[in-house]
Amino acid sequence: MKPQHALPLAVFLLIAAAFGVAFYMELDPQATPFAIEGKPVPAFDLPPAVEGGEGLSAADLQGKVAIVNFFASWCAPCRVEHPMLMTLEKRTGVPVYGIAWKDRKAAIDGWFAADGNPFSRTGFDGDGRVGIDWGISGVPETFVVDRAGKVVWRYQGDLNEAVVAKGLEPLLRTLK
Amino acid sequence: MRVLAILLALLWTAPAFAVGADETMLPDAAQEQRARGLMHDLRCLVCQNQSITDSNADLARDLRGIVRERVAAGDSDAQVRQYMVDRYGDWILMKPPFNPRTALLWLAPLLLLVAGGFGAWAFVRRQRPAPGTPALDESEKARLRALLDEEP
Amino acid sequence: MIVETGHFALILALLVALVQGTVPLVGARRGDAGLIAVARPAAFLQLALVAVSFAALTWAYVVSDFSVVNVATNSHTDKPMLYKVTGVWGNHEGSILLWILILALFGAGVAAFGKNLPAPFRARVLAVQSLIAVGFLAFSLFTSNPFARLDPVPLNGAGLNPLLQDPGLAFHPPMLYLGYVGFSIAFSFAIAALIEGRVDPAWARWVRPWTLAAWMFLTAGIVLGSWWAYYELGWGGWWFWDPVENASFMPWLAGTALLHSAIVVEKRDTLKSWTILLAILTFSLSLLGTFLVRSGVLTSVHSFASDPARGVFILGFLVVVVGGSLALYAVRAPSMRPTGMFAPVSRETSLIVNNLVLAVATFVILFGTLYPLFAKEMGYQVSVAAPFFNIVFPALMALLVPFMGLGPLLAWKRGNLREALRRLRPALVLAVLAGLAVAFAAEGPFWASIGVGYGVWLTVAVLSELAGRIALFRAPRQALRRAAGLPRGAWGMTLAHLGIAVMIFGITVSSAWQREEITVIEPGDSVMVGGYRFVLDAVGPVRGPNYAAVRGTFSVYRDGRFVARLTPETRRFADPPQETTEAAIAPLFTGDLYAVIGQAQDDGRWGVRVYHKPLISWIWAGALVMVLGGAISLSDRRLRVGAPRAARVPAGVPAE
Repeated sequence: MKPQHALPLAVFLLIAAAFGVAFYMELDPQATPFAIEGKPVPAFDLPPAVEGGEGLSAADLQGKVAIVNFFASWCAPCRVEHPMLMTLEKRTGVPVYGIAWKDRKAAIDGWFAADGNPFSRTGFDGDGRVGIDWGISGVPETFVVDRAGKVVWRYQGDLNEAVVAKGLEPLLRTLK
Repeated sequence: MRVLAILLALLWTAPAFAVGADETMLPDAAQEQRARGLMHDLRCLVCQNQSITDSNADLARDLRGIVRERVAAGDSDAQVRQYMVDRYGDWILMKPPFNPRTALLWLAPLLLLVAGGFGAWAFVRRQRPAPGTPALDESEKARLRALLDEEP
Repeated sequence: MIVETGHFALILALLVALVQGTVPLVGARRGDAGLIAVARPAAFLQLALVAVSFAALTWAYVVSDFSVVNVATNSHTDKPMLYKVTGVWGNHEGSILLWILILALFGAGVAAFGKNLPAPFRARVLAVQSLIAVGFLAFSLFTSNPFARLDPVPLNGAGLNPLLQDPGLAFHPPMLYLGYVGFSIAFSFAIAALIEGRVDPAWARWVRPWTLAAWMFLTAGIVLGSWWAYYELGWGGWWFWDPVENASFMPWLAGTALLHSAIVVEKRDTLKSWTILLAILTFSLSLLGTFLVRSGVLTSVHSFASDPARGVFILGFLVVVVGGSLALYAVRAPSMRPTGMFAPVSRETSLIVNNLVLAVATFVILFGTLYPLFAKEMGYQVSVAAPFFNIVFPALMALLVPFMGLGPLLAWKRGNLREALRRLRPALVLAVLAGLAVAFAAEGPFWASIGVGYGVWLTVAVLSELAGRIALFRAPRQALRRAAGLPRGAWGMTLAHLGIAVMIFGITVSSAWQREEITVIEPGDSVMVGGYRFVLDAVGPVRGPNYAAVRGTFSVYRDGRFVARLTPETRRFADPPQETTEAAIAPLFTGDLYAVIGQAQDDGRWGVRVYHKPLISWIWAGALVMVLGGAISLSDRRLRVGAPRAARVPAGVPAE
């Protein structure tokens, strides 16, 4: 067997292995990059999204670990993860803040009046620019900010038990 | 099948075309032209392999608005692209940048041509008459050349 | 009952395929004529069974039998009958059944028309073909059964997507599959040759017609898809370098290379192991395409079922088939010794350049398509989209097109470069003049003049070659007679290469000089684009069979004279709720007029988008000419006659 005749086989096996790895890593072709990873929280200062609540700004995310959840009342998966969010602050001991993305105040108030408000602070991002500054591509997306004010974790999609138990909680333990 | 339908619907649910006539275009035609050029360079986040020019998605529309804003604010093309890359990474550029992690991609055509060309040339040079064929001597070679050159 | 018969027939087909895939191979190895003779009837039986199965599924669609999951998901009673039928293959399970049908069809074709093939060789070809079918049949029966039942039976189906109810889109898959799957014959021929350890000109002569037929269908299928995108998507784009488009283009490029290198094998008995490799790679790329569309590994507009489980199955199948055949190649290739020799300047070298560029182009497209996946695995997310491919692909073609003109003018074995260039001087001069004219007289990007120059070069070079062959200028009076006597293969080549030239013009001119206007106007207003005045006469509601639409009416004028009436629509469907654009296109010889009606504004005006796309229909026309060239070549008797046997020298003929 001459080496050059084995070359096509070698190249093919490499490609097949790459596909195999893709399945193994459970790569999601729809996932967008986590470009903000390791970077400081972008500057923002938002009014509250709920009537009578407290607003949210970048300053509120300095000096402590926090969870930031981008949501909207018109988003079905956000409704699905809502019960999980309601218990999250108590469960993790970490403050959970929400940013309403491209939403309407009346709709949010109505929703939280019926199902409860899971956030200790909220921000109203009406035109969605703050979300874009964080690099989101839709809702819901959940981030973790560390004590130094850097964004260290992100999850795209509705938070479920598996993600919280295997991904979020271990991370929070290392950050404390 | 449903996945196909959903994917197609994502692309074509909204009004007819992408850059909508109902978007506020920049008053300066040259700036609008620049903005459109930049839109072709930026990927729509929620679509499959489309630029934000060709997409109906809401987020694409927002990004188009941002592009226009930044162009109107005086940013250069490179600065507008950097603005997007800061938020979404190199991935948001439709054209992969040339850096150490993409060098292999951009150089592949040239490298393959050179390697393949070398291989082909080596093959042509390496040719040997099939065993059993007597080699030609010089005068025969000259006669053969003359005969072949006569061919139309 | 009919559905169950179809299911049962499919199971039987798998059993037959297993027999057909093994017994003839054993027979060929042992020289057992009885076992060898199993191949042909098995191939016919397999086709019959698969045809019954396909017919059963089609029947289920025709009568709207919603107790079948596949029908319930993809069809609806309100669908016009044509689209009920074409819906059979518009989904994952049905399209796999179509794959299997076409595999069986081509296998039976070789069984029926391959009478001039030696029996052991033919048996091996049919066996390999059948082994591929085993894989697809197993895939279908075990993971993607189209005949699965549904209980309780829904009242109506869920598949009424208006986008799929379109003639272009309905026939694009069968054409494409006849192409993709047709290359399986070249593959089977290659494996059979590797098993026998021998490739000779006869092999090339047998393989060429099948490869040409597959190539023609694939060309037609790709162009159909491209044309559909052009008129349906609403902004006139026709190629996006989407991964699934690339998945169909790569086998086309490799298949084109194969067509050309097989000529060298047949005429000169060299480039043999390379041609075998190409035959394996072309079909492997078809299989890879199938994998990409169905595995969910890459995002694409076209993706079918994104199911990792199915993806893993297909990947395993790929490793066995492609890995196995490439391993066989690695072991057996050295035994294929060329006998023909050729000089560094010759038609052979020209064809080597053709193959080199096409192979590099194929690999670059593959690399670019898979690069985002590889990069992601290494932790870097990057996009490789149209801008990348639109730079590298034309650059590579720029290397190839000169040789398309030069190659046919070089003789086999040893060509006379000076003579060839002398004959090409008119082509070169005219090309440079055309390029300069465009550069100075027309406002356009720099590549426009290069593209036009190339188009002129290729056209004049091809015509020069034809003129030379029929001695048009040397002996004009006999030229017509000589032309009539030219072998069809020569006409085929001329037309195919001219088709490329026409496409080069179409692509260059429409891309460089297309004009677009997006604006908001009211009835009575007009908008100018590309020298044409589009007057919006009226906008009003219309009703279709299953939709409500807004229709705009444009009258288009040039220099005051009426040119065309365009009636674009925006259609709103109820079930499922969806909106589509129906652009209105007026294809004039010099270009298309393209109009889209958009949303109503608050002030009663309407958003509109109008285009002038010069020479864009030359893209479809050029492709049609290419397919026509292929058809004419295919009809050449020389391709279908078996390889000539050495003439027997009559002994002792008296010299009278």
